[in-house]
Amino acid sequence: MRSNIVIKVENLTKRYGEILAVDHISFEVKEGEVFGFLGPNGAGKTSTIRMLTGLSKSTEGDASILGMSVKTKIAEIKKRIGVVPDISNLYDELSAMYNLIFMAQLYGVPRGERRKRAEELLKIFRLYERKDSPFRTFSRGMKRALTIAAALIHSPKILFLDEPTVGLDVVAAKSLRNLISNLHQQGITIFLTTHYLEEADLLCDHVAILVKGKILVIDTPLNLKTKTDKKTLEEAFMEITGLEPEVLAIEKGR
Amino acid sequence: MWRDNLRGIFYIALKDMKTYYFKAPAISWGIVFPITWILAFYLRNPGDFKELVPGLIAMTVLFSTTAAEAVVINFELRVGTLERLLLAPISIPAVLLGKVLGGAIFGFAMTTIVTIGSTIVLGLRPNFLYLILIILPSLFVFSSLGALLCVTVKEVFDAQTLLNLPRFLMIFLSGVIYPVSKMPSALQYFAYILPLTYTVDGLRKSFLISPDRIVFLYTLILIIFLFLFIFPAIKLLSKKFE
Repeated sequence: MRSNIVIKVENLTKRYGEILAVDHISFEVKEGEVFGFLGPNGAGKTSTIRMLTGLSKSTEGDASILGMSVKTKIAEIKKRIGVVPDISNLYDELSAMYNLIFMAQLYGVPRGERRKRAEELLKIFRLYERKDSPFRTFSRGMKRALTIAAALIHSPKILFLDEPTVGLDVVAAKSLRNLISNLHQQGITIFLTTHYLEEADLLCDHVAILVKGKILVIDTPLNLKTKTDKKTLEEAFMEITGLEPEVLAIEKGR
Repeated sequence: MWRDNLRGIFYIALKDMKTYYFKAPAISWGIVFPITWILAFYLRNPGDFKELVPGLIAMTVLFSTTAAEAVVINFELRVGTLERLLLAPISIPAVLLGKVLGGAIFGFAMTTIVTIGSTIVLGLRPNFLYLILIILPSLFVFSSLGALLCVTVKEVFDAQTLLNLPRFLMIFLSGVIYPVSKMPSALQYFAYILPLTYTVDGLRKSFLISPDRIVFLYTLILIIFLFLFIFPAIKLLSKKFE
């Protein structure tokens, strides 16, 4: 059904001088789904997210989010989306609570609701006990969780997650995946970039495989495995992209 | 949109106060440094200390506004928090104005302490309207200068080093210590392209028994300097996100 398409990308292109980072990509994301954007480092995942969230301008093409063009209505779009960048970029010196309240202030959450909403999120993300601790004292996993909480402070309809579990230990990554699943169950549309294929297999309804700025295929993880006759998404990914397993192993280790 | 931007400017300034300004390094640069500097000159050439008060206030304006302003934007670019601000429904000019406002508010607090302190201790009776007409635009001019130099360079420490050049040039050539009228004529021309010259002279005129109306012209000139610094700063910051 076309009416429930919340992200529509058409011929989106990003060039940095001579380098073509994103090469005329087109795709659609439906309301309420988890859409995985997969690819090795340098595939163009972050460049795409930056264009969709207004952090950089496209060289060619356009994208619409919730029916609004990122070229002309980015301020309106920003009010309705939450973004978790690939680094946990909250303020080190400020407490978890102040960081969330500051974000609520920037997003125009009504004054009376800011603290309540921040407390609610701190409880959901199991950080309430540390609400007065400075962000710099948090572990990597806790920092990631608080960065996601900050992106949810204004109750967005779409959440962009750029490499949410990168650099986390197994336990922290699992806990974060559970949180993402819960958000999905609440009906939030999630746009997820990752190069952890087992994570994508677990979480995503649809995935797009991106290599050197081009989308090679878009399908469900199950269909990709069936079509390539592979047991895991990682094997299917290898087959589709033609990337050597060692190369991918190096990418994952970064 | 303008409401979102105004709200953003206010809360960014407030957050910067908490995060960067009312801390020992900024206070040291903003208030201790100008007082020490002026005292050093006074001890070298003892005379009427009242003569040095406009220079002291001007230096406080200059150093307090630029104390952290010159590094915060680059620092936030490096750690990614500036990007975090730009993910909110706020424009790049609003983010930069929030940073400039933060520097100006801190400068206002430091300058108020120095101005009130020196007028009480030395029994001075300035024209407060003229003081405000000079101090307020100056706060924004030098905060914007800090922002401009900050976005010109890539590294945090480069900005601080780069800013020291106009800062020290202005201390020596803008009449803070030595009157512009007594300088060689070539240097006098140069002095009048420096914004601090108008701050110092305007403050001097605010302390005269019959204040000079040229202060109004100085206010206008300072506002022009503000535009000359703020627009290129916005342009350069925007370029970093193209």
